Amino acid sequence: MTVKRGAQAKPVLSRRKSLLHRIARDWQLYLIVLIPLAYLLLFHYGPMYGVQIAFRDYSPKLGITGSHWVGWKWFNKFLSSVQFKQVFSNTLILSLYSLIVGFPLPIVFALILNALRSEKLKNTASTISYIPHFISITVMVNITLMVLSPISGIYGNFYRLFGGSGYPTDFRALASSFRHIYVWSGVWKQMGWDSIIYVAALSSVSQDLHEAAKIDGASRFKRVLHVDLPSIMPTIAILFILRCGHIISVGFEKAYLLQSSVNLSTSEVISTFVYKNGMNSFKNFSYGAAVGLFNSVINMILLLTVNFTTKKMTDNEVSLV
Amino acid sequence: MTTAVKRKKPMSSDDVFNAVLVAIVLLWLVIVLYPLIYIVSCSFSSGTAVSTGKVLLWPVEPGIGGYKIVFSHKAVWSGYANTLFYTVFGSIISLIVTMLMAYPLSRRDFSGRKVIMTLVIITMFFGGGLIPSYILVSGLGLTNTRAVILILGALSTGNMIVMRTFFQNSIPHDLLEAAKLDGISDFGYLLKVVIPLSKPVISVILLYCVVAHWNAYFTPLIYLRDRNLFPLQLILQEILSATRIDATQIADSEVLAGIANQVDAMKYSLVVVATVPMLVVYPFVQKFFEKGVMIGSLKG
Repeated sequence: MTVKRGAQAKPVLSRRKSLLHRIARDWQLYLIVLIPLAYLLLFHYGPMYGVQIAFRDYSPKLGITGSHWVGWKWFNKFLSSVQFKQVFSNTLILSLYSLIVGFPLPIVFALILNALRSEKLKNTASTISYIPHFISITVMVNITLMVLSPISGIYGNFYRLFGGSGYPTDFRALASSFRHIYVWSGVWKQMGWDSIIYVAALSSVSQDLHEAAKIDGASRFKRVLHVDLPSIMPTIAILFILRCGHIISVGFEKAYLLQSSVNLSTSEVISTFVYKNGMNSFKNFSYGAAVGLFNSVINMILLLTVNFTTKKMTDNEVSLV
Repeated sequence: MTTAVKRKKPMSSDDVFNAVLVAIVLLWLVIVLYPLIYIVSCSFSSGTAVSTGKVLLWPVEPGIGGYKIVFSHKAVWSGYANTLFYTVFGSIISLIVTMLMAYPLSRRDFSGRKVIMTLVIITMFFGGGLIPSYILVSGLGLTNTRAVILILGALSTGNMIVMRTFFQNSIPHDLLEAAKLDGISDFGYLLKVVIPLSKPVISVILLYCVVAHWNAYFTPLIYLRDRNLFPLQLILQEILSATRIDATQIADSEVLAGIANQVDAMKYSLVVVATVPMLVVYPFVQKFFEKGVMIGSLKG
């Protein structure tokens, strides 16, 4: 029982692989992982430690642990503030709208690309439709605003081209159109790119299934619905879980860049609210941290719930972790 | 005559279906391309033609006045130089950090694998958020430095998992056994076996990092205050959201004289200048990107 492992095992450690033994054995791997692990702990876990300022009255002088505990003060302030209802519902509506439009469209696009007879058109179309993904958010937002200009944009030009006189309504300045601009410009940017994963999944669909369906007299359209779509269902499910984890999070950049003083009633979302209250004008770090924490806890619960439910529903076949 | 009639089969429902699909796809391509062509055409048109809405598809009163202003603008140059710096070094740092984490985690015999992987996965579900991150970074004295742009975001969990999955699935396990018999160290194995065999995934992750750094807006907005450190995206937003051009920024007096007429075209030129590098590289690397998405879709 003692020295079975031969020369490499030292007699002292031979009884069981103790933790120390294993670290000693894998020391090189531990050394390799040291830098990224330190990075992870500092830059990913560091902020998690700092999130306690949400329950304190943070002042830079006293530091994180030196500031006084105030309990739920900031959360109560947010929940009872006039903006809460607006900011929260804006975030929810905007991300639900994005989900409802932005999630199925890439699937439909992939199914269409896959069903095209011409291989050449399929390749050209996918290449071109990926282009907007590589354009930065800043540029994309500005292109959107330029195109929608009633004076010099495509929108205004077409209005006059088709007989309109003068200038049409400026949608950019309407609070009611912010959501549509936000969501549909996102479709323009991401639909092609988001479809890649489905196109890849579709390319591995068995041709036998198609042949069998053909013999049964199924049209191409029928085969899209009853062969193609079911075979990419697992992929759809995984991506759906991922998306659901972000239901209450609207990315800062695009909302912030599309924001103007006239559309704030629909465009102020949690992330921009945190930025403005925490960093920009008021510099209330604790309040900003509390609102941010409120948001990420909701997201975490959502993600875990959706993940758990789909795991149960699919007998562990579809899950993130 | 009968053969001619025979050859002309009536359109089946599948033919109609295909025609509809082709029409939809073509329509989408027009929607994607038209705004891009329009922006480029505006950038080559005269300022007055743009501001009076005369540009429909091709440049009107063609010229390069807009570009002249862009290239004589000091901040554009410093922004470009900064963006290049951040993109090159930030991407390299990010790639190395990602690889150093992905490799040990891909080794099934690594004893720390489970604990570290759990630590990584937790960060996918929960994070401290903007304000605590800001306090941390300023506590480290990194605000308003170039270092913060290079370092923050160096470890993207998603990229790390893509890379780990590739290491796990595409490098045969027997290779490790054989190399171990030859007495190779873990470092040696990473350098001489893993990296040469993983060129596809390494190029994909590198390209992801390059695009992310080139287009970065949020991190510099939060952490930089000194205009000399600003990347192009911040400069671009600053110029585009202003209604007038800051005359002190224009080096060339000749350009300055004709500026009023060209301001509108200049904005379009700036958008083109900021985007072209990514779009020029794009066709060459497109296959890599697709591959990356597919590697990522395999569950490890």
